Formats: sequence, C-alpha cells, structure tokens
Amino acid sequence: MTAQATQTDPEIGARQRRLRLLARADRATLEAALAALPAPPEWRRLKQPETGLTMVRARAGGVGQRFNLGEMTVSRCVVALEGAGQSMGVGYVQGRDCRRAELVAVFDALSQDAAGAERIERLLIAPVERKLADERRTRAAKVAATRVDFFTLVRGGD
Amino acid sequence: MYVAVKGGEAAIGNAHQLLAEDRRGNPDVPELSVAQIREQLSGSVDRVMTEGSVYDPDLAALALKQSRGDQVEAIFLLRAYRTTLPRLAVSLPIDTGNMKVSRRISSCFKDMPGGQLLGPTFDYAHRLIDFALEAEGAAPQAEGKGALADHLPQVVDLLNAEGLIEREQPDADDAVVGDLTREPLSFPAGRDIRLQTLARADEGYLLALGYSTQRGYARSHPFVGEIRTGEVAVEIEIPELGFAVDIGDITVTECQMVNQFVGSKSEPPKFTRGYGLAFGYAERKAMAMSLVDRALRAEELGEDITAPAQDAEFVLYHADNVEASGFVQHLKLPHHVDFQAELTLVRTMRAEIAAAEARKAELAEAAQ
Repeated sequence: MTAQATQTDPEIGARQRRLRLLARADRATLEAALAALPAPPEWRRLKQPETGLTMVRARAGGVGQRFNLGEMTVSRCVVALEGAGQSMGVGYVQGRDCRRAELVAVFDALSQDAAGAERIERLLIAPVERKLADERRTRAAKVAATRVDFFTLVRGGD
Repeated sequence: MYVAVKGGEAAIGNAHQLLAEDRRGNPDVPELSVAQIREQLSGSVDRVMTEGSVYDPDLAALALKQSRGDQVEAIFLLRAYRTTLPRLAVSLPIDTGNMKVSRRISSCFKDMPGGQLLGPTFDYAHRLIDFALEAEGAAPQAEGKGALADHLPQVVDLLNAEGLIEREQPDADDAVVGDLTREPLSFPAGRDIRLQTLARADEGYLLALGYSTQRGYARSHPFVGEIRTGEVAVEIEIPELGFAVDIGDITVTECQMVNQFVGSKSEPPKFTRGYGLAFGYAERKAMAMSLVDRALRAEELGEDITAPAQDAEFVLYHADNVEASGFVQHLKLPHHVDFQAELTLVRTMRAEIAAAEARKAELAEAAQ
C-alpha cells in the first residue's frame, strides 16, 4: 500500500517504504537485526521514547465528510547516531512498546547513507517485506476460498 | 443528591481484596493470560476497543481481565487510561477502499467486481452449541484457494452510474473536524460529531434504536450496500520529517447502508445513505450505527421528525455507556443525608394530612 500523500521524491518514497515496513516488524525481529550488525551502533535520543495517542480519522461513507473514529496507542522516538554524520532517525509504531519505536528510529538513522540503507535493506527490510507478503497471500487465499455465488430463486407460490 | 462521606477505608480495601479473589475464581483452574483473551475472545476485545475509543488489543484484553469480563467496566477502564496519555498525532483519513478485506458482502448487488467474500462469519451457522469445543484439540486450519485483488472498489460508488444513490461529498481540507474528546457535545451536532458519538456509543443502545427504525419508527427501508471488514493502514504526518508515514494497520468494520427515500419538498426520490464504522470485527455495531446515522439525517433531508431515533439530542445524549452507567450507578453511593431529609418531609406531610382529617372529624362531630 502506498502513502496517500504520494511522494514523487524517490528518497522520501524510499524512507516511507522503510518506515512502513519497520513499523510492522515485531520486537524480536528488530532486536535480532540489531545484534546481527557487524558493529553495534551508538546513538543518543533527540526525543525520549514516549507512548501516546493518535486520533484515527475516517470519512463518512468512506469518501465523504471527515470524522474522528477513535484513538489508537502509538509510541515514538527520535535518535541521532553518534560519530560521523550523526544521522537522525525517527520511529513511530502502533502500540505501547517504546523499545520498538527506538529500534525503528535507529534503523532509520542507519539507513540515511547509501551503504547503510543497502545493509539494512538486506538484513531487515527485505525479509520483513517478504514475510508480510507471505502472510498476506496466505490470508487472502483463505478469504478467497469463502467467495460465494448466491443463486436467486424465483419467488413462487402465492 | 450525593453527599461526600468519610471513612470506610478498611472495608473498601477488604471489598477490593474479595473482588480480586472472586475474579480469580477457583485457583485449581489455570489463570487466563491477557494473550489468551486477546487471541480467543476477540469479539469482546473489539467491543471494548470500539466503545473505549482506543485501538489497542492488549490493553483491551487486560481491561477485560481486570473487569472479570464485564465489558462496560472494561470500556470505562480504557477511557480512564486514555486520559493519561498525550495526543501525539491525528491520522490522515483511513482509506477503507484500500482495505485488505477479510470479509466483504453486499445485499444489493449480487454480482460485484471482486465477488462476495463471506470471511470468518457466524452467518449461516446453525447456532448449535458445539460441545467439541469443550475438549482442547489441534488448532484448526482453514483452506486457502485463489487470491484477492489488491484493491476492491466500494460497490455502492462503483455501481452508481445512474446517480440514483446519493454521493458522499468530502468536506473542505481546511474545515474543522469536531472532536468530542476536546469539546463537549453541543447542538445542532454536525455529522462529524454524530458519527464520532455513534462510533463510541453503546452497541446495545444503537442496536435497539436501529431496530426501532426497521419496525416503523422513522421507517427508512434499508439495504446493505456493502459491509467489509479488514485491515486499513493508518498514516500520520511526521513533524520531524514533513511527510506522512504509514505506522501500522488496524482492523475495522464498515457498513454502507442504502436507504430508500421517497423524496421531500427539497429533494427528488433517490437512495440515501447511512454509515457505520467500528474497530475490529463489529458487524452488528456497524450496521446498527449506519441505521441510526441515517435516521439522524432526517432534518438535513427535510423529513418529519417523529421517532426517537431521529431525535439527535435524545440519541446522542444517551449513547455513551460510561456516562450512562456512571449516572445510573451513582445512585448506589451513600445518599443517606438526602434520604433522611426526604423521610422528614414525608413524615411532615403525613402528619399534616392526619391533623387536617382530625380537624374535619371534630367539626363534623360538633355540627351533629
């Protein structure tokens, strides 16, 4: 799924894709990827990890007037890598797991240069994308198996 | 009137301990985990999220454990918890047209592009108690067959070439979207506020009101244009980045109700619409909501307001089960002073009546 606010800038588009996939990685996957890095990164927090709410908006009829449906929990964190470049990374994830938000921010920061982006893509992003696609395909097949054709009978009798 | 009381700390502490013991039940029976509630009682979890107005399945499951399965109590817990959290963002409107559907049906259009997908439904089940579930067995596996299109168009808009069904119009991008969590309900309430109130509203209340419209109170002759359940992405603008990012999926159920409309002084005959949307698998809620949304559009459509479901003040002021339960249940708090005053009043009134009757009898006796 592409972001509604479609970006023509390829760098922004790539970051949107990365953050979308990182936000769907579970904690264990993120921790394992962190441990698998050849050199453990060091970072400082520009914004402390924090849990709060996002108001989820919807539209009447799906396409009409906007309204507030209800809130969802969301956690966020902003980090900067120590050392050369000091790349900044942001993490926003659904739920209350601040550690996940922080790790997403770290991987976002590590992806700010071409070599880092390539490494994180191979290590984490691509496998997460594959896993989500597999799950989606499996689920879609199960739903597709419930496709129904009702036959309308002629109304009979009196 | 309730008058504040002091004391009772020890008794209250013991009462809560007793509640904790009762909540646990027989300790020989294994304790429920929050994950078990989340995974296996998802119908309850979804209702608590919808009416608690916070999407967080773990939190809703925990609230259900704490409330020993009492849903309204769990909803109250979630509402109280949300007040402790800051608002970090407001999402872009979710795009239900891009839903990854688990279910999608229409009772208006038999042959719709993408087909009718029953999904995980109770419909067409015999509603016989399944005693096999008493035994623990291997996890069931559903058969997969075929694939789904990435985008399933919303059928009400797709099959409306003639324009006989009203089209929903988006509001201006800079229009203010009302928010009940910031401003108390006031009237006249716009559709934004009405829909937010209905989304949080008690399911049983909406079900009864929706049912009343079917039985002739504000008859609206409804058809299910489409019901769909599935995952939608939530996107928020990230201030640190200056663009929107998709931060996760939520499951929602949407009902597009299509209602016959014979026309009014201002409108030609056409089909009008009511909308229902709720967190999770919440088909009954979404359907009832769409009926009540349509009924509440009476004034806008120039219909006579004759039935309870059309009365916005009545419907919206009584829809919230946390408020309703609070006001009804406050009656059990100590009203001793108030009641003593009422007792004195009733005694005085009785004494006055008795005195008047005695006087009347005396006068009658004297006259004889």
